[in-house]
Amino acid sequence: MKRLIILTLLMGLVFGIPAHQTAFGVGSTKGKVIRLTAKKFAYSPAEITVKKGEPVVLELTSKDSKHGFNLPDFGVRADVKSGSVSRVSFTPDKVGRFTFACDIYCGSGHEDMSGTLVVTE
Amino acid sequence: MKSIDRRDFMKLAGLGGVVFASGLGFPVFGSKEGKSIVQDDFHFVQFSDTHWGFNGAAINPDAQGTLKKAVAAVNSLEEQPDFVVFTGDLTHTTDDPKMRRERLKGFQDVVSGLRAKTVYFMAGEHDAALDKGEAFQERFGKLNYTFDHKGVHFIVLDNASDPAGLLGETQLKWLQDNLKKRHANAPIVVLTHRPLFDLYPQWDWATRDGASAIKALMPFQNVTVFYGHIHQEHHHMTGHIAHHAAKSLMFPLAAPGAVPKRAPIAWDTNAPYQGLGFRDIEAYIKKSRYEIHELPVVKG
Repeated sequence: MKRLIILTLLMGLVFGIPAHQTAFGVGSTKGKVIRLTAKKFAYSPAEITVKKGEPVVLELTSKDSKHGFNLPDFGVRADVKSGSVSRVSFTPDKVGRFTFACDIYCGSGHEDMSGTLVVTE
Repeated sequence: MKSIDRRDFMKLAGLGGVVFASGLGFPVFGSKEGKSIVQDDFHFVQFSDTHWGFNGAAINPDAQGTLKKAVAAVNSLEEQPDFVVFTGDLTHTTDDPKMRRERLKGFQDVVSGLRAKTVYFMAGEHDAALDKGEAFQERFGKLNYTFDHKGVHFIVLDNASDPAGLLGETQLKWLQDNLKKRHANAPIVVLTHRPLFDLYPQWDWATRDGASAIKALMPFQNVTVFYGHIHQEHHHMTGHIAHHAAKSLMFPLAAPGAVPKRAPIAWDTNAPYQGLGFRDIEAYIKKSRYEIHELPVVKG
């Protein structure tokens, strides 16, 4: 736990963000790190490929207003803000194509703001 | 209004339509105070997702006319509804606050042509999420409220003005306080925009804290929810609570998860207005049931 707090503080220093803005999801914070950027009205990248059973850490940032990131098939969600990094971690336990979407209404293209997580064996 | 049976109602509706029966089974009525309550049968109309201001000829080439036709269809009913409810997304979203207000006014101008003069409005995220319901409240008043009609307690919940699609702690407390005054057998109808249950969160078809509202409603034996948002007829049970989604009056959407991305279904020139419509809901109080009549925009 002590190491985790130190890591969180270091991340805050590196990314210039307060530690309390770093969100951790369920599971380990160690794993394949994937950076995902949100902006009206798309995610970049829009498709992410990971392997079943391998821990994943998503680092989420927004280039404009507040967005959401919701991946309900794995119980993962976070607010995505400009000027800070939200981190969510999980270990995919099933293969397939799964939709993630913005769940904070952000304007006329909100309904189009989604992406795909591809989980392979 | 006189009591009418189902056969009479279909004749009065004059439009045909699909009927969905929803058993309520409410033998006891009223508030805990035991006030005498009128128990006549009645019917009301649900309009939803009218998206006034939408522009897209491939999706709906009659965007300016569909709502007007639906208003005319309701006005043509020989037996007028006791009231009409609009379960959100009255207007199509715009980032421009001035245009938002113009669209809300334009929408109101059209629906002011309804013969039924008692009308209840709810906000959808297209109306209210970008300004937390400011423009909506200027024109239509509160975002959440209650009203009573012939023994049925109606609760309007706002799950659209918060951009996160939350009811919020304040509103949930308000709901709980309101329910404390109800008898466990009292007939309760909840009107809201988004589904209170997780219909398909992958398409944002959910209310993040909707489970808290359902939990608060669960001790009540006779609860029915009417909502919109998903632009199609849909029926679902959470325990004994029935949830009924209404069609849109601008464009239909695909069934949850049926296509990779949520998107409007294109207009079919061979079947104009297909997938669009409104519903008439008949509350047969003495027979302890509702009947939902799905009605088209224009006669087929």
